Amino acid sequence: MDKLNKKILIEFIIPIFAVLLALIFSDILILIYKESPLKIYKLLLEGTIFNSYGIGQVIFKTTPLIFSGLAVAFAFRTGLFNIGGEGQLYMGTFVTAVIGAYLPDSIPRFLAVILCLLGGFLAGGLIGFIPGFLKAKTGSHEVINTIMLNFIVLAFINYLLVTYFRVPETLHTKEIISNAHLARLSEFIPALDSTYASLAFVIAILTAIVVYVILWKTKFGYELRAVGHNPEAAATAGINVKKCIMMSMAISGGLAGLIGLNYVLGDKYYFEEGFSSGLGFMGIAVALLGRNHPLGVVIAAFLFGVLSEGGLVINAVVPKELVDILQAIVIICVVASTTEVRKILARGK
Amino acid sequence: MAENIIELKNIVKRFGKVLANNNINIAVRKGEVHAIVGENGAGKSTLMKILYGLYHPDEGQIIINGETIIKNSPKNAVKHGIGMVHQHFMLIPPLTVAENVILGMETSKGPFVDINTANQRIKKLSDDFNLHIDPSKKIEDLSVGENQRVEIIKVLYRGANILILDEPTAVLTPKEVEDFFKVIKSLIAQGKTVIIITHKLDEIMEISDRITIIKHGETVDTINTKDTSPKEIARMMVGRDVLLQAEKKVAQTGKVILDVKNLSVTKSKDVLALDNLNFEIKAGEVLGFAGVEGNGQTELIEALMGLNTEKIKSGKILLEGNDLSNSLTKERLEQGFSHIPEDRHKRGLVLEYQNSDNLILGQQHNFTRTGLLDRIGIDEHSERLIKEFDVRPPHKEVLSGGLSGGNQQKIIIAREFFRKFKFLIAAQPTRGVDIGAIEFIHKQIIKARDEGKAILLVSAELNEIISLSDRIAVLYKGKIVKIVDADKTNKNELGMYMTGASNG
Ligand SMILES: Nc1ncnc2c1ncn2[C@@H]1O[C@H](COP(=O)(O)OP(=O)(O)O)[C@@H](O)[C@H]1O
Ligand SMILES: [Mg+2]
Repeated sequence: MDKLNKKILIEFIIPIFAVLLALIFSDILILIYKESPLKIYKLLLEGTIFNSYGIGQVIFKTTPLIFSGLAVAFAFRTGLFNIGGEGQLYMGTFVTAVIGAYLPDSIPRFLAVILCLLGGFLAGGLIGFIPGFLKAKTGSHEVINTIMLNFIVLAFINYLLVTYFRVPETLHTKEIISNAHLARLSEFIPALDSTYASLAFVIAILTAIVVYVILWKTKFGYELRAVGHNPEAAATAGINVKKCIMMSMAISGGLAGLIGLNYVLGDKYYFEEGFSSGLGFMGIAVALLGRNHPLGVVIAAFLFGVLSEGGLVINAVVPKELVDILQAIVIICVVASTTEVRKILARGK
Repeated sequence: MAENIIELKNIVKRFGKVLANNNINIAVRKGEVHAIVGENGAGKSTLMKILYGLYHPDEGQIIINGETIIKNSPKNAVKHGIGMVHQHFMLIPPLTVAENVILGMETSKGPFVDINTANQRIKKLSDDFNLHIDPSKKIEDLSVGENQRVEIIKVLYRGANILILDEPTAVLTPKEVEDFFKVIKSLIAQGKTVIIITHKLDEIMEISDRITIIKHGETVDTINTKDTSPKEIARMMVGRDVLLQAEKKVAQTGKVILDVKNLSVTKSKDVLALDNLNFEIKAGEVLGFAGVEGNGQTELIEALMGLNTEKIKSGKILLEGNDLSNSLTKERLEQGFSHIPEDRHKRGLVLEYQNSDNLILGQQHNFTRTGLLDRIGIDEHSERLIKEFDVRPPHKEVLSGGLSGGNQQKIIIAREFFRKFKFLIAAQPTRGVDIGAIEFIHKQIIKARDEGKAILLVSAELNEIISLSDRIAVLYKGKIVKIVDADKTNKNELGMYMTGASNG
């Protein structure tokens, strides 16, 4: 027991250290603005987790970050660096929205949501699978291929949107049927009234649990992690490394394909060009800060959720970019202190 | 009576609950080769790291040249003329020998590093001590043996009079060991003192003046080499009589299990790593592959296991007549292959996995229920194997990366012998393993042979090859130079074939 505690402690030290370091930097910045750091932090917390509207908004912002972080973490555990979250999420979200829009109105609510989810997962998964396939077959590095694919997918989706799917005079798709809407959390918890937090958050938490089970409780996850740690030992043990790489990238892409769930099924009810603004990339920071563990990812996503909502709150006193800087510093500190990234990049054959 | 240049008195060192050194006493005389022997985990490296100032002892005294060292550190140790060559080399491959040697103590000429003076000094050291090292060569172009000699130069360059060598021969070929011993002799001839850690009894007998035996963190005794025998050392190390030579009955061979035909493997574009190999192994037979490392052994193992198959140019691999040439690794394992990899870190273990997970690696499907890992079954299985194979520390949750080399090897041996196999590849099965465990591993291999398995043994240890094998194939530049009966050959003859001579 005491050994376990120690292990967990170690996992927490680096992220906590990174956050503390970032806080010190932001103190300095706040002081430069001739404001009191304590006052700003108090304001930030009061506006986010210490009032019910704030909490709802934080949950809303946390939800996509959970999927995004899980996507990156999943690939990481197999020794792969998926930077293609942006492309995968666009494809996934677009397909989710299109399915949602063209389903028959009479379809049962549950089924509609499941179909949208599945569509998003598979579409994102397909985009993730491509660099996985290329890596397995030709050995080309997934970092390059996922980045390149981001551009291709974004352009392709824009083309589809503009040419076939947009509501005239707008840059968004038709609204999804009402049976595909995810219920707002305020329906169950009235205190969260007027926030956008929806059941997508619950789906995100469930997904984190599923990811945990797959990676640590199944034979498949055992093999994936073996490949992640030592592909040669895995191959020697008869594990099909190429298959693991392709599957892992596909699942990672699938998870990224769900990033837009919150937005499409829970908030706007359509897909809109440029809605993401980097959510796919934020997953890298979330995964690293969360030590590539689903629980860590959820906590890290929440932290970034607080910061991103908090930025709006403190905007009245100091520029909200302060929070962006804070986030950036957290990311830098985490990246600098993780060996995983370096290891994978060094493996770039 | 020669003076003691180093005295370590009542050294105690704990790592958490592990008592690595428990009241160790050792005295090293000036100008001697002092061997420190003991099983894996006995505390040898810890003791040497204490002497070198890398660890601080919890109790005890370090006395160098009669002076009690209060606060030891590597810097301080170097000042007192102590140098240490670690088992894992600490060199930077793209840099030259000279650049590596002067790293951290560059003398400069104006703003520039004075590499010429360094080159000259290294050249002189190399000549003085028979090291044969060209200071302007890059590390990456040197052999393992040469790398080691660079490490020695590094230490000498810093003015060491006392050299600590931690398992220096573990990574060397027999020829390199021979050269290495010449180096040690010339160090002694010029007044240096050498402390050498090794497992290998014949080496200890050959090179040392005195021997200190350590067991479970305690000194057993210090004895004169000329007054003792390998058998006695082994007994003191392990605490019981150890069979130093594998004992085996005459082989009762059966039908052909493994048949390899015309196997050719490419190394690079038009260089062959294996050139048209043909051999077979019968049930109940050990075929040993002797050869200097890098003559195709690795490629042979990989080809047999279905790894890196894109390099295979031609050939057939048959198991009991079934053609497995195009089968996946997994299928070969299912069909009855088992494999102790030559490099346990690279291919044998996932170091970040705990022991229980490594004990099922490659057999995970046998410990799965509807896709979920059967944790209870895995734990029971692990506990049984850990006990049976005496893995230390005996904990299934410990990460395998934290085990000593010998215990890591036991994990692999336990796992691979648990398979239901017909054909076993045992590659360097006892590399870096202590003698008690070597005896155990050898017995396992002989037992498998006597049960009618076919075994392919690859080893850099000629003693091991000769004592375990029934027939020995000598590999040279990817070809089988000769296949001889093990009981009709000797080290000299094999050594000759290993350099390519095709008839002795
Ligand atoms: N840095 C360390 N932290 C914890 N335990 C250690 C450390 N170094 C060695 N040990 C433990 O101390 C014991 C002696 O190790 P070591 O001195 O390396 O043995 P040897 O060199 O004789 O094989 C072993 O049980 C080993 O696991
Ligand atoms: Mg050691």
